[in-house]
This record gives sequence, C-alpha cells and structure tokens, in this order.
Amino acid sequence: MKNVLIVDDSKVIRMVARKIMTELGFNPIEAADGQEALNRCKEALPDAVLLDWNMPVMNGIDFLRALRQLPGGDGPVVVFCTTENDIGHIQEAMEAGANEYIMKPFDNEIIQSKFAQVGLI
Amino acid sequence: MTPEDVALFSQIVKERSGLILTPEKAYLLESRLLPIARKQGLATLEDLARQIRHAKTEALLESITEALTTNETFFFRDTKPFDLLKDLVLPPLIESRASSRTLRIWCAAASSGQEPYSIAMILKEMSAKLAGWTIKIVATDISKEILDKAKAGRYSQFEVQRGLPITFLVKYFKKDGDSWALSEDIKKMVDFRFFNLLDNVTSLGTYDVVFCRNVLIYFDRETKARILNQTSTMMPADGTLFLGGAETVLGITDQFKPVAGQRGIYARA
Repeated sequence: MKNVLIVDDSKVIRMVARKIMTELGFNPIEAADGQEALNRCKEALPDAVLLDWNMPVMNGIDFLRALRQLPGGDGPVVVFCTTENDIGHIQEAMEAGANEYIMKPFDNEIIQSKFAQVGLI
Repeated sequence: MTPEDVALFSQIVKERSGLILTPEKAYLLESRLLPIARKQGLATLEDLARQIRHAKTEALLESITEALTTNETFFFRDTKPFDLLKDLVLPPLIESRASSRTLRIWCAAASSGQEPYSIAMILKEMSAKLAGWTIKIVATDISKEILDKAKAGRYSQFEVQRGLPITFLVKYFKKDGDSWALSEDIKKMVDFRFFNLLDNVTSLGTYDVVFCRNVLIYFDRETKARILNQTSTMMPADGTLFLGGAETVLGITDQFKPVAGQRGIYARA
C-alpha cells in the first residue's frame, strides 16, 4: 500500500483528504505544517504528498524546496492542494518540483483524476 | 410523475435523437427537465408532460431532447485512449500521410468540447512533426446549447481539474474571472458542427480517426449497427475507430475489428 503524506493546517481538510485517500487505496499520514511534514520525510519518505500552500511555521512551497534537497527527495510525487488558483502560483509550484496541482475546493473525483495522471492510481 | 409521463419523455428523446432512456437513467429526468419546466412557468414534471400532450411546440421538444442527451465529459477522459492516439495511432498515420500532409479526425459526440480539445492539444504538442500539415478536427453534437459552450472554450475550475494535466492548463488556458479560457490556437483547430447521429453519417466526409465514445451505449442495436456501418465507409483502410470502454463492435458490425491487446480501439475489417 502506498503512503501519502497529507500536509494541511486545517484539521477538517486533513480529515476529508484522509477519507478520500483511504478510499483510493492509500495509507494516509498527516502533518499540520511544512516543518512537521519535513521532519516526517526525514524519517521516511512517503510515496506521495498532498500539500497545502499557506500554513504556519513552514509553508508548502518552502517545504517542497526542502524536500527536493533531501537524499531521495526527488522520489515522492507531490500534488499541491491549495486555494491559490492563479497561473503565477501554479508555475512557481511546478518550478519548485510539484508534479500536479489541485485548486481548492476539491472532491474525490478531482483527487482521483490528479493521482491517476501522476501514475499513482 | 406517472410511468406514462416517463414514457412520454423517453419517446420524445428516442424519436428525435435515437437515444434510449433506460430505467437506470430515468433519474436524469428530474434534474435535467425541472429547469425546463420552470422556464415554462410550470412547477412539476407532471405539468410539463401535460403541456406537451396539450400544446407542444418545436422549441420545447428540442430543449427537452437537448437536456436529456447532454453527456458527461471531461478532458482526456479515461487517459488511455489519448495515450493510444498519441503513441500508437498517429505515428503510422503521420508516416503514411507524408505526401498529402492531411489528417482528419471526427469526434462524434463532442458535448462541451473537452474530447476534441484534448485531441487538439495532443496534436499541438506534436506540432514539430506536423508543421505544414492540414489538420481537421470536426466535432459534432446534437445539442446546440452545448455546442455553443464548446465553441466558447470556457471552463469552470472544476472542469479544468478533471483529466487535464496541470502543465496543459498553464500552457493552453488563461484564467478569466472564475473561468478558464482556452487559447485561440487550440480553439481554432476544432470545427464544431450540429449533427444528429440518426442522420446519414457519411454526409460528414471522410476521416482517418473517429472518436465515437460513450454515445453508442444509448442507442438500440439496429441504430448502433447503422452508425458503425456508415462510419466504416467514411474511413480509409488504415483508419482507427475509438469507442468507450463499455462499448464494442462485436455482435453489431463486421466492418470493424478490435485492435489486439488495445481495449477500445478498432481497425477497419
């Protein structure tokens, strides 16, 4: 079973995402900000990361840049999942090494579609 | 709504489009016809059925047919057919058409345009190989309303997130308020036309590739056979037909044969 790290400061979003990812056959792990997510990645790299942008302590884009610097950090598939829905943010995310990008609000169809596109389903 | 009312709406759609409204699809009646009833100043579908029995108009029948025949669609639906188009179908066609430098593709039930635009984006990505070529993508649908939406090339945030890779969103769309507008470069590659599959398909011309996905399932066997047989006559010997995952030519026509090991694509027999 593939591990997915769900990184979002909203407990509700994490709960919804956890439910969807579980239904899609993933084993979800959670982190409430970028720093917590990075600590988890240093312990063990997940197969995928579902990543919010705006979070306290460390935001999503800083986490992604740090993740890609870790040994093996280019491995996890990173799918942003954020309210930032303009081309500038999307391009910045892709340049930082994101594999896909979801604009909130999302539902199970969108998550399924995006994870299929990156070859994880 | 009485069984007679359901039968009445089903009959209208069958006569005008050939599509069969199966009992499993009867739930569509409420969601799709209530807005039409409201536009007529009617409160319920029973009232709408009564009006049709007593004073039906062509416009009303047309709007009912349109509402019930609009299919769900999204960009790169099912992914695989588009990978097959890019990797398996187009390369030999490009080679064999090197002298005429012409490719013609027909999308038979284009709905709001995501399928033909997905094909257009694939071809755009191959533009280095196709420089100087005449590419014709004809996309037809029975609903004028949905064709207008398709031609506009504007999609909601929800629509652009179902199937469309983010790299293509960045490359081929611009955000415009709450919508995403497709670039003119892609829009102009597709020629949208009103067409009823009950009419003579051969009148549309000839095509190297035909996408007729997720529409035949709504027709009876006889209509399916006629559409497929006519379609075969408008395709060259090396043409390719794409059907939906739940559709087949087997037992319906012998004019096409499945491509071995590739679900959903068919060659001329």
